Amino acid sequence: MKVYKYGDNVDTDVIIPARHLNNPDPKALASHCMEDIDPQFASTVEPGDIVVGGANFGCGSSREHAPLALKSCGVKCVIAKSFARIFYRNAINIGFPILECPEAAGEIVPGDQLSVDFQKGIITDETTGKEYHAAPFPEFINGIIDHGGLLNSLKARGVAK
Amino acid sequence: MGMTMTQKILARCAGLDAVEAGQLIEGKLDLVLGNDITTPVAITEFDKAGLTQVFDKDKIAIVLDHSTPCKDIKSAQLCAQARAFAQRFSITHFFDVGQMGVEHALLPEKGLVAPGEVVIGADSHTCTYGALGAFSTGVGSTDMAAGMATGLAWFKVPSAIKVTLKGKLQPYVSGKDVILHLIGEIGVDGALYQSLEFAGEGVAELGMDDRFTIANMAIEAGAKNGIFPVDEKTRAYLDGRVDRPWTAVEPDPDAVYEREVVIDLSQLRPTVALPHLPSNTRTVDQVAGTPIQQVVIGSCTNGRLEDLRQAAAILKGRKVHEGVRCIVLPATQQIMLDAMAEGLIQAFIEAGCAVSTPTCGPCLGGHMGVLSNGERAISTTNRNFVGRMGPVDSEIILASPAVAAASAVTGVVTDPASL
Repeated sequence: MKVYKYGDNVDTDVIIPARHLNNPDPKALASHCMEDIDPQFASTVEPGDIVVGGANFGCGSSREHAPLALKSCGVKCVIAKSFARIFYRNAINIGFPILECPEAAGEIVPGDQLSVDFQKGIITDETTGKEYHAAPFPEFINGIIDHGGLLNSLKARGVAK
Repeated sequence: MGMTMTQKILARCAGLDAVEAGQLIEGKLDLVLGNDITTPVAITEFDKAGLTQVFDKDKIAIVLDHSTPCKDIKSAQLCAQARAFAQRFSITHFFDVGQMGVEHALLPEKGLVAPGEVVIGADSHTCTYGALGAFSTGVGSTDMAAGMATGLAWFKVPSAIKVTLKGKLQPYVSGKDVILHLIGEIGVDGALYQSLEFAGEGVAELGMDDRFTIANMAIEAGAKNGIFPVDEKTRAYLDGRVDRPWTAVEPDPDAVYEREVVIDLSQLRPTVALPHLPSNTRTVDQVAGTPIQQVVIGSCTNGRLEDLRQAAAILKGRKVHEGVRCIVLPATQQIMLDAMAEGLIQAFIEAGCAVSTPTCGPCLGGHMGVLSNGERAISTTNRNFVGRMGPVDSEIILASPAVAAASAVTGVVTDPASL
């Protein structure tokens, strides 16, 4: 796996530029993911890679195409100092793992090998041997993730028909 | 413990007596909104989950405003998908080309939002309706699908920043300058996960269009929502638009705020945000003389009648500078008609502006004003991110309608008072 590391305020316009929103097919979105901030990303990213961001990751537009593009690239998760709130709920709602952990986001560097235990919120940097603890999700949100996303959880409860 | 305006609305929609910051609640929705970019993704998720019912055909609004009138085949196919869904479920508030306007100008104009109501929209600028004392916030397409199916959404109750406004705006200073100043003060994540709650005697000095502009850009400070108290100006705006009963909320006297920011409106100068963040603010005098090639006046932030009046007051009898393209987009059909009746459209056209039917197009680099390499626009829109309006080496300076219009006349960033 590889780590792609970016700075603060990675906005949804650079994660997936609006000029590509006319084709919301996940594969099409993946082929343009991050192209305005990192033109090599889409051609080099492989399943299991991890994106590390700074503060306010995913700010800007509400486009769900952004977490969808990253997920569709095979990105395993995003670790950031903080997430913009719409990106945060979109990721949860589509079952794409995100971890808020300022210390890990600050210290991990490209080239590090990481392992992630989503249940416990533990990020281990195998290269440095350091272990980080991300803020755990509340039970309510875990329920959404466990059902594989928001719509399935609402169907399981019988409120969506 | 006292509650903020947002907390009181969220408590009510969740059927609770009280809520506190950090609490997760599920609330009933008064309106669920989507546009031609986000609705198709919501429909795909809706269908994929095997859903077959919407909760209330009168409480869903679908506005085809982003890539419309359709800019290419793929956009036309997305609009067709949204159109078919609206027909399938007899969605009452479906707005197609000819009726549509930029969604966040259109919905209040049509009386679809009232004080105290709870609105989610699959568009980040849904926070605009806080100007009317509603709780409204942007969400993604899956939330929209869930909202359409159930009339419910989950929320984490936000804490709040109290923004106390005092004094009165000077000439050529407007709501855009207030919100750019605020974002410059607190940063693009300064209100992350929080509400911006506006208060103070200065609120009464702001017209509704200024309040819409300010609430609209709450998201640009990372806020979940921005909200204004309801006063006589709000009631006058609602009169003749909303005939269902509504209840305004006021913050409790002992409401808890994370912090307070005080803005003296009389001290504000025309303010711009340089590339590539809305928080990268300067007063206009600091950057006057910076060349621009394009001017955009419009959008959900600044495409309302008062915005057009301010721009037209500057452009009337003057000419757009040689080498500058000035595009004016009245945000709704009604605004277009009102602007025509007041002679504003004629003033724009005689000045050499292109006047467009409503669309979000240029704001997100979709169509109707995409930039080329190395070009710089001054724009009344809300985001100046890398690549937002064109290639990665193009630039956007965010500004008020008055500053944008003055800059169109001179070809460089200009303080309108200096003309």
